[in-house]
Amino acid sequence: MEKDFEIVNHTADVSIIAYGADTSQAFANAARALFNLITELDDVAEILYRDIKLTAPDQESLLVEWLNELIYLFDIENIVFKRFDIIKLNNTQLKARSYGEKVDSSKHKLKTGVKAATYHMLKVDKDNGCKVQVLFDI
Amino acid sequence: MPAPWQEILKKIDDYRWEIPQSYKQGMLVPGLIFANEAMLNHIWEEQVFQQVANVAFLPGIVDHSLAMPDIHWGYGFPIGGVAATRVKDGVISPGGVGFDINCGVRLLRTNLTEEEVRPKIEQLVAELFVNIPSGVGSEGKIRVNKKELDEVLTKGSPWIIEKGYGEAEDIVVTEEEGCMKGANPDKVSSKAKKRGIPQLGTLGSGNHFVEVEIVDEIYDRDAATAMGINEIGQVLVLIHTGSRGFGHQVCTDYVALLGEAVKRYGINLPDRQLACAPINSPEGQDYLQAMSCAANYAWTNRQCIAHWARECFIKVFSKSQRELGMEQVYDVCHNIAKIEEYTIEGKKETLCVHRKGATRAFPAGHSDVPNIYKNIGQPVLIPGDMGRCSYVALGTEIAMKESFGSTCHGAGRVQSRSAAKRSLRGADVAQALAARGITVKAGSMASLAEEASQAYKDVNEVVDITHMAGISRKVVRAVPLGVIKG
Repeated sequence: MEKDFEIVNHTADVSIIAYGADTSQAFANAARALFNLITELDDVAEILYRDIKLTAPDQESLLVEWLNELIYLFDIENIVFKRFDIIKLNNTQLKARSYGEKVDSSKHKLKTGVKAATYHMLKVDKDNGCKVQVLFDI
Repeated sequence: MPAPWQEILKKIDDYRWEIPQSYKQGMLVPGLIFANEAMLNHIWEEQVFQQVANVAFLPGIVDHSLAMPDIHWGYGFPIGGVAATRVKDGVISPGGVGFDINCGVRLLRTNLTEEEVRPKIEQLVAELFVNIPSGVGSEGKIRVNKKELDEVLTKGSPWIIEKGYGEAEDIVVTEEEGCMKGANPDKVSSKAKKRGIPQLGTLGSGNHFVEVEIVDEIYDRDAATAMGINEIGQVLVLIHTGSRGFGHQVCTDYVALLGEAVKRYGINLPDRQLACAPINSPEGQDYLQAMSCAANYAWTNRQCIAHWARECFIKVFSKSQRELGMEQVYDVCHNIAKIEEYTIEGKKETLCVHRKGATRAFPAGHSDVPNIYKNIGQPVLIPGDMGRCSYVALGTEIAMKESFGSTCHGAGRVQSRSAAKRSLRGADVAQALAARGITVKAGSMASLAEEASQAYKDVNEVVDITHMAGISRKVVRAVPLGVIKG
């Protein structure tokens, strides 16, 4: 199987490229890439879930807002997520259920503090499946 | 073979390089980089010229899109960028401030010397590490409720000083006296407030730190004395942190909102992360008021950390704060947008000065410089990396004329965090530092490798350029003795 995502390091920041057979899968893989930056996904169990519903002016913005919503949930609820079911996704709306668990310092090693997803070099490319690119401020 | 940038840049002198307005169609002003030739090679490789040029698209920008010598690749604005826009017809851009609004530096002096502190440094660093919450996801020891958070956002550090976290004297030696006027919590989302409540009084992760350092060079004895820095070997405490998740969320919210405003106002931008709105529009004013809240949050955050740092010294050295002489030298921010007055072509103009990874550097006699520094100028605090050194400098008249009262903010990265981690192990970094007499305690070993000296430009070189160019001048250099990091 081809890889789900790649991490690209820049001098001060980090970007991710996520792949999918369709946009939903690429959005889910982008979220996995985000939490892979924060911790080891293998150490995360699917114990709880959170539902996210978003609207944005276009699909690129939707991608940024989706990832920023997950950063927000991590920050206020201390939840690390590992699986993402995208229930609905079009150009302006996203509905998703994300599974993970509360951070437990005995099993989760927190690697990187991610401040936010940015609009810099943002791409949603739908030729031949879907490939998305996002730069994070870390 | 000449370097590729030599065909693009116009050399003004050894430390000033202009990016002509013709470099990219749509630039409203030229770019100006403060750097030496050696640094330009690296800056070119990183394609930072593009980012300096992109900032020159912002409506109302005056003079130049500026880059300090510690410039490196950011998102939208470069880090180490300064842009001033006219208030009457220009824009304000959250990307020109950054996610960590009012990330900044605070310096405390002490009466202690290296001989007194070195034997106790391990105990002191351990004490600081326990008493100052740090690391990814850390929470503060103080809990404010919603109403109290609004007080923090509107009143800044003077509010928490009144609650016992510090001395009244700290206020005057803090930029803006620790409080941006016009902060309006109604312009801040409930999400930002939810992130802000648990994180007040935390250092965070990444490059944030508390450092115990020793003065190793004094370049201007009179100016140093005015700051309470009297001798080589004197111990200082440097704190570097910002507005935590609160500021990140304010920026996130407003980049999205202003992305829409860009369309409404028909602004042409080469990069979405430069999202902006006219300063005098409702959107622009809303951002300014929310950003001011985040600035006040950050000053309060550094105030709490300074207070705990003082408590640790009191405990470890069994001396009172007065005996220790732990007065604040200054507190200055390096991620902010400020409304300031400048003379442009002989005319007074009110400008919005964006400093993203740049430090305010006002000269002697400026009305915003505290009275005790009126004759020397505003202290500029420039942290380096944990293996090298940091500087105290002063603002100058040249900075007022050429860089909108701004200078560099630190060393600037040259190596990505992962590249640093690949080439170094945290344990080795700690050992190498220990061999040089530097005690470090970090939340994770990986973060130690990420922040190793090799990942940064040499701060000595950066500060020398600002000194030679005249946009700030060196007063004191200090080397680390003990560091805590997230």
